[in-house]
Amino acid sequence: MNSVPTRIGFALVVVAVWFGNPSGAAAEPPHDTHPSRATARSLSRDRLEWPSWDDVTRTLLLRDYNTRIVAIGTTMLGVAAGIVGVFTLLRRRSLLGDVISHSTLPGIAIAFLVMEAIEPGGGKWLPGLLIGAWLAGLAGIVCTKLILRFTRIKEDAALAIVLSVFFGAGMALFKVVQDIPSGSQAGLNHFILGKTASMVLADVWIIAEVSLAIVVIIGLLYKEFTLLSFDDKFAASQGWPIFRLDLLLMLLVAGVTVIGLQSVGLLLVVAMLITPAAAARFWSDRLGRTTLIAALLGGSGAFCGVLISAMFPRLAAGPVIVLTGVCFFLVSMSFGVRRGVVVRVAMHRQLKAAVGRQHILRALFEFLEPQCNPTAPMSAQLVNHIVSASDLQPMRSWTPKRLRRLLRVAERSDFIAAVRAGGYRLTTRGAELAHRVVRNHRLWELYLIEYADIAPSHVDRDADDIEHLLAPDIVESLEQLLSQRYPHMTVPPSPHAIDATSELTT
Amino acid sequence: MIRSVLTQPSRSKIENEHPASSPLSIHDMTVAYHRKPVIWDIDYTAPQGKLVAIVGPNGAGKSTLISAVLDLVPKASGEVRVFGEEYHKQRNRVGYVPQRESVDWDFPVNALNVVAMGLYRKIGWCLPVMRRHRQTAMEALDRVGMADYAKRQISQLSGGQQQRVFLARALVQDADLYLMDEPFAGVDASTERAIVEILRELRERGKTTLVVHHDLQTVTEYFDHVLLLNMRLVATGPTSEVFTRENLRKTYGGKLALLDQVGHKMTLGESAR
Repeated sequence: MNSVPTRIGFALVVVAVWFGNPSGAAAEPPHDTHPSRATARSLSRDRLEWPSWDDVTRTLLLRDYNTRIVAIGTTMLGVAAGIVGVFTLLRRRSLLGDVISHSTLPGIAIAFLVMEAIEPGGGKWLPGLLIGAWLAGLAGIVCTKLILRFTRIKEDAALAIVLSVFFGAGMALFKVVQDIPSGSQAGLNHFILGKTASMVLADVWIIAEVSLAIVVIIGLLYKEFTLLSFDDKFAASQGWPIFRLDLLLMLLVAGVTVIGLQSVGLLLVVAMLITPAAAARFWSDRLGRTTLIAALLGGSGAFCGVLISAMFPRLAAGPVIVLTGVCFFLVSMSFGVRRGVVVRVAMHRQLKAAVGRQHILRALFEFLEPQCNPTAPMSAQLVNHIVSASDLQPMRSWTPKRLRRLLRVAERSDFIAAVRAGGYRLTTRGAELAHRVVRNHRLWELYLIEYADIAPSHVDRDADDIEHLLAPDIVESLEQLLSQRYPHMTVPPSPHAIDATSELTT
Repeated sequence: MIRSVLTQPSRSKIENEHPASSPLSIHDMTVAYHRKPVIWDIDYTAPQGKLVAIVGPNGAGKSTLISAVLDLVPKASGEVRVFGEEYHKQRNRVGYVPQRESVDWDFPVNALNVVAMGLYRKIGWCLPVMRRHRQTAMEALDRVGMADYAKRQISQLSGGQQQRVFLARALVQDADLYLMDEPFAGVDASTERAIVEILRELRERGKTTLVVHHDLQTVTEYFDHVLLLNMRLVATGPTSEVFTRENLRKTYGGKLALLDQVGHKMTLGESAR
């Protein structure tokens, strides 16, 4: 149970249990076993009761004071979590976030017991409980760091050990708390799965203060955290205190966890941290924008989640908020403009089309080449000849069907014009492009033969102008070589025989 | 009392071992990970204004040597002086190029952002990167022939281009001593030439550069000095004197196939002379 996907799965299970078990007495982690009067309304027997139109408008317009409070608090939490999450994700500390959130549990119980000992009945004081949670979260990080420093246990094992020990200790202490009369009434269990609906104005103030502090700290140390996340070795060589910066970042994660305890609970808070950041990566390749988008997605995801859960009071709010965030993530993953799945598929298709176009242009050029006078300008001569599909067939190893399709596309793009049945002529535009494609291709081939031991990667040899990728002196010497060997030619002859078999290898 | 006097090296001895003029002097340095020493008893003084290759087989501790000099890994014993002082006092005068594989190139920054990271120390805590810093970074990118790629996200650069970006990041530091960890690893021919040119330019300006280098065939062509390392310091000095078959055999031990290849090339070179 220590990964984000599992956590999301867990949220699904919680919601499913609530759907399937109207009494709310689900057996696993202890939660509220006494459904409140408000929640009894929306779920009658085994099915969800859809909210009335009136309920929907009331919620969307934020007419309820309670909904307003919860929406404001949770949105601020979402924004802070999104921003911290970007650096947690980039520093590859996602799982450490999970360890921190689980480690808070014994802190809550101990804080309660201590405060109860000082002043009976005073154990429910929220800031005290949250400070206890925060300190315990820190203790979790310190333990992980110590294990890594002084033993040869690998990081994943260290994380798993700390997480389970702290969470286990927390559960054991909770049993102790339950046995105290005031303890069973304190509602500490809400910290595990969250209880958004019970948020009051004072809680929102705490969330606001902590969120603001987190955003200000990240703003001030934006440059330092960037360097830490990208290249900590270099940062250390420059004298940045990377250990302390790392610790500070973890303090911020602990801060998010602590304010998230109330709304989504410690089991799910890591999803608030990581999903907006992971989603934002699909939209941008720039850190500033990624951070901004993560804040936006985190905030709006939390806001929408609160509204949805307000319309279905019978559903646990924490999991609903997390699942709304997950929906945002899924949309980003599919439609993100930088690395979304749809964009990738489209780019792949575009690439395929470009390669097809270059192949047909090169085939046309190379078929016509022997019939032209190489010392005169090529483009002007190319347009005078008529080529048929059967002429091009042997030029490459393509199926007749694919060739017909490529010709059709080329005709649509106005590179060639049909002059009679099955006969084509290059247009002026097509001839110029073919000339360029073949020149680039052959200069690259010449370069690879003459110079490079290792070919430059990321080169499309037909489309990329050689000048853009190679140093000017190399291009110059290539062109010199070209003019020495083949005077008066603008396009070098192919260094190998052109037929379908040789094309297979290039 | 007497014993402590005896075990303390005299002041003049320390000064002899760490001449203030030397860009880098290492005295009796041992580095261990957990209980296993990786490099032993290294004594080395780098010559001023030279290009030095650090050469040795895999696992010889070449990267560890650099990391220990930069205080990135703790030293079990020994001391390091950079221009006569401890490293942390001379940080501004040292530029570092880590191994290219040591970072995540999928990170959402562009080439210019990475180069600007070399200026962060100069900019200081909490202050943002200003236009003049970006200009300095741009000039460094231009020096390595990457000005056209300033706005490219770093994952869209080829291996050689990424290496040049790293080099540019060290160049903006305007250091006097450069430590580079395998800058030639997996780069294309034109990048290799570009890097060599930069290294020579640094030498002309009086900078000292230590480079972890793998390609034995190019050592004599590129470097003035070599440091042959295989957990211990095998030999060090001008390339023409130290880069011999005998010393290479001591460094590489039984890996003869490689040696013969290089030896062949070297004898060819000698007969040509």
